[in-house]
Amino acid sequence: MTMMATAQKVTCVEIGGIPIALSTCDDAFLDLLRQRYDGFLSASPPEFELGFDLTRTGPASDDDVRVRREGDEWLVERGDFHARLNPRTGRGSVRQNANPYSLDSVMRILHSLIVAERGGFLLHAASAICDGRAYLFSGASGAGKTTMTRLAPADVTLLTDEISYLRPSADGYAAFGTPFAGELAKAGENCTAPVAALFFLEKGPENRVDELPPAEGIRRLMRNILFFAEDQDLVEKLLATACDFVARVPIRRLTFYPDARVWDEVRDFERNFHGVPEHA
Amino acid sequence: MPENCIYIARSSGIAARALAGEMMVMNSADSTFFTLNEVATAIFQAADGRTPLQEIVRDRICGQFDIDLEQAQADAEQFVTELSGHGILLVSNQPLASEAP
Repeated sequence: MTMMATAQKVTCVEIGGIPIALSTCDDAFLDLLRQRYDGFLSASPPEFELGFDLTRTGPASDDDVRVRREGDEWLVERGDFHARLNPRTGRGSVRQNANPYSLDSVMRILHSLIVAERGGFLLHAASAICDGRAYLFSGASGAGKTTMTRLAPADVTLLTDEISYLRPSADGYAAFGTPFAGELAKAGENCTAPVAALFFLEKGPENRVDELPPAEGIRRLMRNILFFAEDQDLVEKLLATACDFVARVPIRRLTFYPDARVWDEVRDFERNFHGVPEHA
Repeated sequence: MPENCIYIARSSGIAARALAGEMMVMNSADSTFFTLNEVATAIFQAADGRTPLQEIVRDRICGQFDIDLEQAQADAEQFVTELSGHGILLVSNQPLASEAP
């Protein structure tokens, strides 16, 4: 009888305070994981373990992703990858080719499922820490998310220019840095801060901050949350989370002229804002 | 029972929350999200599968909002058709058991 053993190499990546062990027997892919998530590598005991099985399927795909429950497991499928995760045991597997875009997609989607069960969510938004508080900047493509991060003064810490990671905390919500980069092609810093406000961006001739009615806040928030699961329980949880977020975090429309003065407006908002949101 | 009665019920595959007089509805099958205004919310909340749409419009819409009955009925039917197309409401010409809790 021939006995064979394949050595698995493991690296632990902690995004949003959730350490996940990623294992592969491919040295080149391990290097890719470590480079891609440099700054988010962790020595914490992993809460989840994902084994990667590399295939020769096509490049990253624009196909719609399908996310559904199959027994205890989450099943995530797109043309370029197939992933399973059992949230009860914490174990899962991913079959994909070695391209980093498929890898990022898998990681984003799995995190969106894990964090949704914990009352958080991933938001299509840039975020940054200014004076110890996190500000989120969301909006449609071209609204100015990357522009806001480019205009940020030197003392502002970039959390992400693309995908913000939000989790509930004792006094509201906390934003975490992510390695998921957009146009800026630069990972965020691996740190966290309490959320001061969510701004929906619109470019205009001058800088101004306007209130948004709560229903409009929810509408815009839901439009920008990354969520793919076909699952009744998780949909109910997400909607409850979104309503809670709108009740606890000030949500405003930030019309801005794209120069550095817009950050004065951001700083002034926190200085002028006292107490809880009006619609809490 | 009048002819051509329409009965409507909320689907079980949705999550809904009221906020500031509007209803937020999300379909779990495809994560599509809808917000219903005050009049649409009144119809949605009355969709128990047993009350004919005509009765809902007469009692819940024309009774509470300043809307002409004929116009309200036409608008309600259009709204119901749209939401049933998105799997939010179930529509039948016979009474239905509402799927939603």
